[in-house]
Parts: sequence; structure tokens; C-alpha cells
Amino acid sequence: MPNMNPKKMDMPLQDPNVRNKNFDEVALGYTLEQAMEEADRCLQCKHKPCMNGCPVAVDIPGFIGKVKDGDMEAAYKIIKETSSLPAVCGRVCPQESQCEEKCVRGIKHESVGIGRLERFVADYHIANGSTDVVIPTSNGHKVAIVGAGPAGLTCAGDIANKGYDVTIFEALHKAGGVLVYGIPEFRLPKAIVQKEIDGLKAIGVKVETNMVIGKVLEIDELFEMGYESIFIGSGAGLPNFMNLEGENLKGVFSANEYLTRFNLMKAYETGVDTPIFKAKRAAIIGGGNVAMDAARCAKRVGCEEVYIVYRRGMDELPARREEVEHAEEEGIIFKTLTNPVRILGDENGNCIGMECVEMELGEADDSGRRRPVIKEGSNFVMDIDCMIMSIGTSPNPLILSTTDGLDANKWGCLIADEDGKTSREGVYAGGDAVTGAATVILAMGAGKDAAKAMDEYIQSK
Amino acid sequence: MFKIVEREELNPTVTKLVIEAPLIAKKANPGQFIIVRTHELGERIPLTIADYDREKGTITIIFQIVGKTTRLLNELKVNECVLDFVGPLGVASHITGMKRVCVVGGGVGCAIAYPTAKGLHDNGVEVTTIAGFRNKDLVILEDEFKAVSTNFHLMSDDGSAGTKGLVTNVLEDLLSNGEQFDEVIAIGPLVMMKFVCMVTKKYNVKTVVSMNPIMIDGTGMCGGCRLSVGGKTKFACVDGPDFDGHLVDFDEAMSRSRQYADFEQHEREDNCNLLHKEVA
Repeated sequence: MPNMNPKKMDMPLQDPNVRNKNFDEVALGYTLEQAMEEADRCLQCKHKPCMNGCPVAVDIPGFIGKVKDGDMEAAYKIIKETSSLPAVCGRVCPQESQCEEKCVRGIKHESVGIGRLERFVADYHIANGSTDVVIPTSNGHKVAIVGAGPAGLTCAGDIANKGYDVTIFEALHKAGGVLVYGIPEFRLPKAIVQKEIDGLKAIGVKVETNMVIGKVLEIDELFEMGYESIFIGSGAGLPNFMNLEGENLKGVFSANEYLTRFNLMKAYETGVDTPIFKAKRAAIIGGGNVAMDAARCAKRVGCEEVYIVYRRGMDELPARREEVEHAEEEGIIFKTLTNPVRILGDENGNCIGMECVEMELGEADDSGRRRPVIKEGSNFVMDIDCMIMSIGTSPNPLILSTTDGLDANKWGCLIADEDGKTSREGVYAGGDAVTGAATVILAMGAGKDAAKAMDEYIQSK
Repeated sequence: MFKIVEREELNPTVTKLVIEAPLIAKKANPGQFIIVRTHELGERIPLTIADYDREKGTITIIFQIVGKTTRLLNELKVNECVLDFVGPLGVASHITGMKRVCVVGGGVGCAIAYPTAKGLHDNGVEVTTIAGFRNKDLVILEDEFKAVSTNFHLMSDDGSAGTKGLVTNVLEDLLSNGEQFDEVIAIGPLVMMKFVCMVTKKYNVKTVVSMNPIMIDGTGMCGGCRLSVGGKTKFACVDGPDFDGHLVDFDEAMSRSRQYADFEQHEREDNCNLLHKEVA
């Protein structure tokens, strides 16, 4: 008889008033006992609906069954069969709209804590598991991966395991992509990302940092160098702005810049040379996970008032519910149904305020979401000295503009089929470079599909 | 790691480093820049490529010691390495299709103006160079400029080298005397480029400036380098660094360049205090 507790085992967390002053991980993870008790809530459904919700189709009841039995290494092996970054996905996947949404337990009560269990299994493996590395037998073929983010790392791992000689080219000085420059330490410790990358290196994957493909080398040159197939996972790195008056004032940043200073450059640590703007009252524009991350970073370096300014309502926030709750607990103030129209500056070019309008929700638009409409005459000024634009990103055109025969849509997203195949023979693509800004797990799924297709392509040549 | 193969102090505050980076050297063109980071806790800063040697596989950078990163760069010796060196970034300068060009360089900006002047000269363009410095101790590349310039005007703020005055004084004289240029290329401090553009605007001479704002990645990701050009926001890293000077909002660019002035001041004081302690 399974554990019929209607509620998920609570995740132990750092106290909100402690954690909003440090960068240590917020969620502390289950203990072995907690994990086994939660695993016992799984009904082991024969038709495994949860698997359909997972972009990489992890055998969820399979691994949870092993957790229940206390065999963590077996559980880890099951997850690893289809997911290359379990410690990452267990932390940052939007489980509530994927696997956990399909969980039968979730129909009447709370779903099984699949993400929390995945994280537990991965962390348990890092702490206690076997470190034996099985180096795949070389098949003599070379492939190149552009971008060391979730899509590229997954593709690299999968295809390296088939015996390919893999080189990843990364533009920044550190591999990890959005996992290192975007997602903060308190949500995804960088040591965990590094472990995953070290794991790839251990099976022979080479990582070349400081390599901006499209500049120092072009896709065609990679082919000339003997790479038989190339995967482009260059992400959606270009920040969007709103084209508001005053957007170039000091104190106005893209979330990319603000977060990169924190996460990649570690600007909050002492002894680090990269500066960070010390705001007193910051407004983060946008309602996604990136906005939550930026807000919580600002809070952690002593910003007195941090606002999330979002044009729709609380129910429409695109961020994960858990992130919204954590942000609220940490003292982030939500100013929803509000949109900026102008940024105010002083004579020295500093941001000193933001003129906003109130919004109300009108008819549903094509996406099915109710469209925000301006309430006429509702203009008011928010007294802020910092504004962080977190309204999405677009793909970087550096590769597109230097590669002949590579098709893209009007937003600059590379066009690829479901296997990641682009318009150029031998060139595959996936992740945000194809979809525009999306999630880590979707990018991983794309990397995975592409690895399979690249293997088939090379073997059929 | 990228090895330093040559080091030369051009004046007390400006140093030249020749760095081994064969892949970048193969692709580099005048006007492009690199991003450098000296150590694990260091920041990423952009520096314009001063020269490149495709055969030897080297990139030359010339920089003025203005902050902590450039101070650390200056401390590196031959055979030591910089940790990260990324490029070539940005769009290369357009130096073809012209007959007569005036190159205006200010201070360390002359280091970047020189390869442009040389490139133009090699393409058969008649080059007039105006180089300005604070005083004679800070003059760099005088002989090199003379070798590639049909006319060379050296200016200094205090008159200790060349003629006393600003680069804009000569430029204004030349233009008011009917001198014709296809283009003026100005590289130097923001305030100098601003005033050069004010002069050339009056005479309706196309002017290109090279912008060097604060940036992190140099590939379009952070947006820290944005500036207003003709009322539109541009990213210096991917849209530039060269822009039509008559369209650049220099006041905004000057303000933005001081974004972290307090932090840098603090860093400098910390370092100076350290120095004081060492001396005491």
C-alpha cells in the first residue's frame, strides 16, 4: 500500500530572511528518509503518464521504484539512460507543467515530487556514487558542438557515448551557457554544473572556451577541419529592450548583463574585479524565471526595495510558481498589472524613476492569454534608481550571418526539423537558437534528438 | 592561456603587448577588438586590436593604465600569459574606396588610429594625420605616423611637443582653408571625438568614430555597451565599434562610461593604500 499522504514531502529550505542575504542554495534537498517516504507516494502506474510530460522521457516510475527500495545507484542509472544532466534538471525543470502535471496523484491532491526525487538521486550519486568512467570505444568520426549550454552539453554527452570524437566550442571563458551565466548560484550551484562538464571531459569530450564561432572560426571552416557534422546550440543570447525613453540611463540593465555580472563574473564576492551596480530601489520588468532571478540577486546584495513589475496579473506570471513563492518570501514586492512607459533621469544621466501605467486584462489573444490593456489616465511614477529589463531574448545572429545556406525565420531562429536537421547538410541545431527563449529541459531534449540524428547521418554517409 | 611574446612601454602610462593568438590573428582586421581577462577573479575588458601578424600568429594590443585590469595587464612580462583572449569581435573598419582621409588620434587612441592610417596608406589613400597628446612624455608612434602620412600634425595641450593646442584647432584650420577629405576618422577620448564631430558637421564631412564602451561578453549578450546612434539603440560590440560620428549621442556615451566610476575609484584607493603600506 503506497503512502497516501495527499501532500508532497516538503522541501527543506533556508529561512527566507537568512537566504535573502546569501548566495547559498535555497532548497536544501531531501534526506534519504524523506526521499524514500516521498518515493512511496508513487502509484507505479502501468501506463506511466508522467513520462509523457518529460521532454526526454525519463522512466520516472522506474527510478522512483528504485528510490523506494533504497537503491539510489540503480535509480541514477535509470535517469541517466535518457537525461544527461539530472542534478540540473531536478533543480530547474518546470516539473509542475511537465511530468508532475500528468501525475495521477495530482488529480485530487499533490503530485509526487518527481523533480525533488530526481535531484535527490543525482546529488546522492555525486556524494556517494561510483566514479568509474566508461570511456566509449572510438569510432573514428569527429563532430563539433557550438555552445556549451544545456543543448550542446546534452548533444555532446550522447554522441560521445556512441564513440565520436567531440569538441565543444564555447564563446565565453567558462562552459555551461545559461547554467553558468544566467541561473544564480542559489538556485543551481555552479559546482554541480562543473561536475556535469567534468563528467563529459572524463569520457573524452574536449571543451574549447573563448571560441566565438562565426568570428574566429566559421561553420564551413569546421567542416574543413574534419568535423563531419556540427550541432549549433548557441542559445538566445540577445537581450530585448522596450525602446522606452530613458532606456540608456545609468542604472538600467538587461537581465542578461545584471545576471552575468553576478553568476559568471561572481561580482558579489569580495576580491572580484567585476563591479555590480548597488541599487537602493530596483524594478525588474517581466514576470519569468529570469525576472525572479534578477530580483532575488538584487535583494541579496542589499537592495532595499525590489519590485517585479509585470503587465499581466499574478496568475499569469510565466515564472515557476515555486520561484514566485520563494521570491515573495524573500521580500520581493510584486507590482502586477503595471507597465513602464518612460524612464526618468537626473542631470547626470542616472535613472531616478519610472513612469508606469496600470493595466487591466482584456480579451484573450491568439496565445489564449488575456491581453493587458492600458487603463487610460492611470499614469504614476515609481521612485527607483535601477531598472532591469527581463522581457526575453532573441537568438544571436553571429553564426547565421557568416554561414551560407542556413535558413532562419523572421525572428532569427534557425529552422530545424524535429531531429534538429537544418537546411545545411550535416548541420544540426537545437535549443533556444531554434525555439527562441525556452527551458533548459527542452534544449536538452533537442540536443538529445540531434545527437541521434547526427549519428544516423554520419553512419549512412 | 595566451602567451605574451613582446612587451614595450610606449610611454609611462601606455604599454604595448604582442600576444600569441594564431586563430584570432588569422581573422583579425583593423577596427575589430578582443576581450581580455587576466586572472580567475578578473573582469573582461574590451581592447581594440592595434595590429596583427597572420604569419607569426600574433595580436598586438596597446593600452593605457586606467583601472585595475589594465594595471594587471601592464605587470605581465614576456612569456607570461593572459588567461582569456577572445576575438576578433565587432565589425572591421571600412577603409576602401576613398582618396583623401584625415585620421585624428587622441592619446592612447593613436595606437588604434595608427593601423587605420597605415591600412589607408597601403591602399593608396592620401592620409593626413592629426595626433594629440597631453605633453611630450606621452607622445607615441610619431615616426610610424610620419611614415604613412602625407601630412602629419602633432599637437600637445602644453606645447611641449608639436604645436600647442587641440586636434580640433588644426582640423578646423584645414577645413576652413578648403581642405577636402572623403572622410575623417577620429579615435580617442569620447570628448575629443565629440568635438571633432562638431567641427566636421559644420563642414559636412563624413566622420567615423571608434567607440569603446563598457562591455562583458562582446558578442551581443549583455547589452551593456549600448549607445544611441541616430536615435536608435545600437550595441557597440556587434553593430560597431565604428559608427557615424554625426549620429552618436556622445553625452549619453560619456555618462554611461562613468557607470562604475565610484567602484573604480574605490578600487584605486584600495590599491593605493596597499602601495602606501608596502612603502611604509
